[in-house]
Amino acid sequence: MKNTVAEIKHLKKSFGTKNVLKDISLKLEKGENLVVLGKSGSGKSVLIKCLVGLIQPDSGEVDLFGKEISELTNQELNVLRKKVGFLFQSAALYDSMTVRENLEFPLRDLPSADTTDTEALVRDALKNVGLEEAIDKMPSELSGGMIKRVGLARTLILKPDIILYDEPTTGLDPITSKEISKLILEVQQKYNTASIIITHDVPCARITANRILIIKEGVFIAEGTFDELSASEDEWIRSFFI
Amino acid sequence: MTNKSAIDEGAPSDQSVSINAVKAAFEEIGQMTRFTMRFFKEVLKPRYEFRALLKQSYIIGYKSFPLIAITGLIMGLVLTIQTRPTLASFGAESWLPGMVSLSIIREIGPVIAALIFAGKVGSGIGAELASMKVTEQIDAMEVSGLNPFKYLVVTRVLATTLMLPVLVIAADAVSLFGSYLAINLKGDISFQLFFSQAFAAITFTDVFPAIIKTFFFGFSVGIIGCYKGYNSVKGTEGVGAAANSAVVIGSLAVFITDMIAVQLTSLFT
Ligand SMILES: Nc1ncnc2c1ncn2[C@@H]1O[C@H](COP(=O)(O)OP(=O)(O)O)[C@@H](O)[C@H]1O
Ligand SMILES: [Mg+2]
Repeated sequence: MKNTVAEIKHLKKSFGTKNVLKDISLKLEKGENLVVLGKSGSGKSVLIKCLVGLIQPDSGEVDLFGKEISELTNQELNVLRKKVGFLFQSAALYDSMTVRENLEFPLRDLPSADTTDTEALVRDALKNVGLEEAIDKMPSELSGGMIKRVGLARTLILKPDIILYDEPTTGLDPITSKEISKLILEVQQKYNTASIIITHDVPCARITANRILIIKEGVFIAEGTFDELSASEDEWIRSFFI
Repeated sequence: MTNKSAIDEGAPSDQSVSINAVKAAFEEIGQMTRFTMRFFKEVLKPRYEFRALLKQSYIIGYKSFPLIAITGLIMGLVLTIQTRPTLASFGAESWLPGMVSLSIIREIGPVIAALIFAGKVGSGIGAELASMKVTEQIDAMEVSGLNPFKYLVVTRVLATTLMLPVLVIAADAVSLFGSYLAINLKGDISFQLFFSQAFAAITFTDVFPAIIKTFFFGFSVGIIGCYKGYNSVKGTEGVGAAANSAVVIGSLAVFITDMIAVQLTSLFT
């Protein structure tokens, strides 16, 4: 029954003498929300950047939709990337463009048939995140929570099969964090997307996770559901959930 | 004094430090060359980003025009005022328009405009791309399956290459006008007489190489600004460093290109 959309096998990555990822393996199944918990600096961002080929791993294998990305040409990789959404920690909105232009940007390379109604697509994506009125604003006019929402809308506009969230709630107040977490859950239910959610925010993990992996010193040290891990024997793991 | 022992201990490694610096410099040149090769590869491939190119040309050309025009005007004035006594001592004051316009067209106009351009546009491109890099906007374009090199780098380098020559011609014109004003400070010369004397001194072999080399100046400033920004290191200090080295290396590149251009020109004329 299982349907793996992304898989990482024995990934290693170091920067200089610093071994950031030592031996990382994971599988992402269709429709699941996988949360990766870890302290900051533990290599969470490096991990998901390896997954989309933004960072080249030193060794190990990355498969997207059954294809190993290191064997793809740039063009083939770009085709796959359009099926993977990436919400950056800072949301990475293009700050010289309006919200509308930000959302139109990922659409610009699609065959014209798909883009005939760009306007409707943009409005629809903004409606999904509850921000229709911000369409003509510049990113500098938006609050932190709105920026994350627009970032999410831009990620959703290509209707990706996989979404990678890099600390979606970091830097937001608890209430906005909760809203964003619920939005992530809504997206999963509405589009049946598979997601990896990188975070150190436990309330966010509680709301969104089907399964949690805990990363420490470059390896996964625990796996389980939220309830399993918060009742863990291991003190270090439990300390996360207090 | 307290540092003396530290310096002594450091003596053997001083050598390795300078060797590393040389190595780093060569690595940088290698990477810059690769970056430039990538530009030539991508510039020919569709899709062509005409709208982005127009926008960049507007930003780069139009917005640096006032600064370059003012500089040009002042250079024309100053150069004329400075040259006058020398010529006067030979009794050759009537040579003033011809001589000044020759220096402006051949050297002062292109080089001064290019240096101002490196300062304003080179640093602007360096800082802009660096902050896009630092805030992951370039990564965001890449993971959307788009080609940020094409959209950001190719358009900017084309815009600087095409706009600087236009700016230089404008700077030359304003500069000549400045020179006319300066001559009018003492004695009187009609507008017509000034320009007929100025253009009598200038030949095609003065103008043509001077304009051609400005394409290379513009290209250097653009590609160096883009390289520095696109490869900026993380953190806010990376943005400042990128802007700074874009100006320093860009200005240096203008001088080096100018030197090569002068050698080549003298070879063929
Ligand atoms: N491009 C890079 N060059 C050098 N070091 C890096 C780079 N990217 C990340 N690192 C280092 O890798 C470690 C993990 O970073 P990161 O994945 O961003 O952590 P986090 O888990 O907080 O997302 C950090 O110590 C960081 O300094
Ligand atoms: Mg991170």
